[in-house]
Amino acid sequence: MSTDRPDDSESESESEPEPDGDVEREAAVPETDPEVQRARAPATRGVDPDRLERLLGDAVLRRDDQINADAAFEVRPDAVQDSLETLKRRAGFDHLSCVTAQEYADRYESIYHLKKYADPTQEVSIVVPTSRRDPTSESAEPVFRTADWHEREAYDLVGVEYEDHPDLRRILLPETWQGHPLSRDYDRDRPQIVTLDEHANPLKEDHEAEADDSTMFVNIGPHHPATHGVLHLKTTLDGEQVADVEPDIGYLHRCEEQMAQLGTYRHQIMPYPDRWDYVSAGLLNEWAYARAVEDMADVEVPDYAQVIRTMSAELCRIAAHMLAVGTFALDVYGDFTAIFMYAVRDRERVQNLLEDLTGQRLMFNYFRVGGVVWDLPEDRQAYVETVRDFLEELPQALEEYHDLLTGNEIFQLRCVDTGVLPPETAKEYGATGPVARGSGVDYDLRRDDPYGYYDELDWDVVTEDGCDNYARVLVRLREVEQSARIVEQCVDLLEGWPAADREVQANVPRTLKPEKDAEVYRAVEAAKGELGVYMRSDGTDKPARFKVRSPCFSNLQTLPELAEGEYVADLVASLGSLDIVLGEVDR
Amino acid sequence: MSTDDDDVNAATKTREARRGRGVDDRFNSKLREAFGSTPFILTKFDQFMNWVRGSSMFMLQFGIACCSIEMMHTYAVKHDLDRFGAGVPRASPRQADVIVVPGTVVSKFAPRMKRIYDQMPEPKFVVSMGSCTVSGGPFQQGYNVVKGAEEVIPVDIHVPGCPPRPEALVYGVAKLQERITNGESSPVTVKPYELEQFGDLERDEVVEQLAEEIDEDTLVMRYDWAGSP
Ligand code: SF4
Repeated sequence: MSTDRPDDSESESESEPEPDGDVEREAAVPETDPEVQRARAPATRGVDPDRLERLLGDAVLRRDDQINADAAFEVRPDAVQDSLETLKRRAGFDHLSCVTAQEYADRYESIYHLKKYADPTQEVSIVVPTSRRDPTSESAEPVFRTADWHEREAYDLVGVEYEDHPDLRRILLPETWQGHPLSRDYDRDRPQIVTLDEHANPLKEDHEAEADDSTMFVNIGPHHPATHGVLHLKTTLDGEQVADVEPDIGYLHRCEEQMAQLGTYRHQIMPYPDRWDYVSAGLLNEWAYARAVEDMADVEVPDYAQVIRTMSAELCRIAAHMLAVGTFALDVYGDFTAIFMYAVRDRERVQNLLEDLTGQRLMFNYFRVGGVVWDLPEDRQAYVETVRDFLEELPQALEEYHDLLTGNEIFQLRCVDTGVLPPETAKEYGATGPVARGSGVDYDLRRDDPYGYYDELDWDVVTEDGCDNYARVLVRLREVEQSARIVEQCVDLLEGWPAADREVQANVPRTLKPEKDAEVYRAVEAAKGELGVYMRSDGTDKPARFKVRSPCFSNLQTLPELAEGEYVADLVASLGSLDIVLGEVDR
Repeated sequence: MSTDDDDVNAATKTREARRGRGVDDRFNSKLREAFGSTPFILTKFDQFMNWVRGSSMFMLQFGIACCSIEMMHTYAVKHDLDRFGAGVPRASPRQADVIVVPGTVVSKFAPRMKRIYDQMPEPKFVVSMGSCTVSGGPFQQGYNVVKGAEEVIPVDIHVPGCPPRPEALVYGVAKLQERITNGESSPVTVKPYELEQFGDLERDEVVEQLAEEIDEDTLVMRYDWAGSP
């Protein structure tokens, strides 16, 4: 891998069985001719760095070659809004996927990873360096709404300040925290004091508000059955209607990024992704890390391993969507009803399959850099048959869900036209996954930025135009069907795979030490949406900065848009339909 | 009629006489019949109460992290914790007597968890589920992670694992029932991290710095990371 372009700008090469995928990594492949070779130059993929540089004008300090995006520019701290505005309006980069902040020995840096909803393979990174003495740069919030929370997180953990930000305060850590834990001079042994605040007294707020209007303040959470974990919603009600809602997160901030920075690329990081989105979606998360590190270290994954990965990841997606549907029913119907029990029953079946394959029910730790840890269990044929049995009975189970849920009039009354999220708003907030697809945004990284074995298989991206709670549930149920299709094809492939050719892992060195200053940002389509991983190497066997772009973090940000003006009961339904998992929101 | 039959008849008569009139037939259980003519059992009141407590436990519906997914599976079909008289999740701490702590406890949540625990009526029991609640688990080195639930509340049963399988949690709950039946519970002692009023904290550098921000009588939890395991 070369220094100036450490990571190929195209999707991970090893995942592409097509000729041009091969071309990316090895000139030795026979069908490489200069024509195709040139195809890997970013320009032909629709991003013309020179044009972008002209567009950005004198905001640009220099071109940055470290990042794997098609183009990366360092811009002046006071020209962030202009630059992003230009890229958004005139070059079509309408998706602010992630904001990464980090501290170097001599400076702070914020990186804005931009993509296009129409074509996520087109990427641009805007790098904003600021001095150590005064780490202030312009906020991107006026251009991209989603930058609000991302910048708050950057401020909280790293300590970069954003001018013009509407509400720059801590987001993950308690407000009384001292110091920024991911900055270089953070003192871990310093005692910290955390408050249990009185502002949380609903009656007090009520009486204060009485003077002017009839609003009432209600805390929903952090311990509440409807919040799916430890989320706190500061809700102001006007009668039964939600006048204002503000999610308060961080009750499960367990330092995932720090933990990854303490681990070695080769072995120690992989167990952690399982715990980001922990509703059995582990393998999808592991893939996010695997994809990033394989891109960074230029590892090629054998096809056979890719098929196993694709199959097991889709099984995870089925399990994750089942839970989403089951708990949504729990939210809407308010009790442990049949739907929840059915969902758990079907999850148990999937978990059994995954346990046979990986050895664990929930925290699989099955992927390895360059493949998977082992082959299908013996006896192979019996395993394949069990998977097929499951797939065979799945349509009937789905039928039941449709009967109980989507076909149910009461359910429809609750969900149709509540929690409306127009597509434009969804994009503003960087929403992805079923939340975006339920708003008609046709965006799925499995198809748009292919990896694994997806582009070899026959399946469809599901979208619904309803934009409401109902549409989001429908998308999930329909995606289960598509996942089943994918699994079915993978099983066929695995069954027919020649025994001599079953390579489950590429040959990867015992220690991985990516080149110094290599950077990578890669995303996959996890159960909840675009799950990205940013890593920067400092030449050692551990990443110097590890950042997780969590789909739930961005999706949850849309909650006020969904819920304000609606009834409080619909707030609960909207929250359920966003299907957040706090492990991933707070990391 | 033989004498034996006479005896039986006499016994039945005595039993019926003792049962008294007016009791609906539907209440006559087989168990009661087994007691024969002496419808009394002799036991210590405490023992009886503990047996009742252990056999009918109301769990708090309380999820934190990954472990709560396995906890849900334990409550739901297949594992069905309810079979053991311990499966009805209550949404409010005021109606619950067992709290399963299923997941990582972090600094922002610990005061809230303590508050929830305090709101449960006595006698109350705690099952800590997963390595995170034993020691911080995989996140032990995290700057924000409390190294185990026992730093904050007393714990009766630890169920190790990451996550423990539902079978393990069932076993843990069964063990808890055994302990309760025997009248054992873990002692309530002062924990490393307690809720205190800010004004009561020892004035040191850290406290001085926050004096502007925090009211004297606000409840706070102070974490001494250097001293924690
Ligand atoms: S013990 Fe493991 S599974 Fe349980 S909450 Fe902790 S990390 Fe998650």
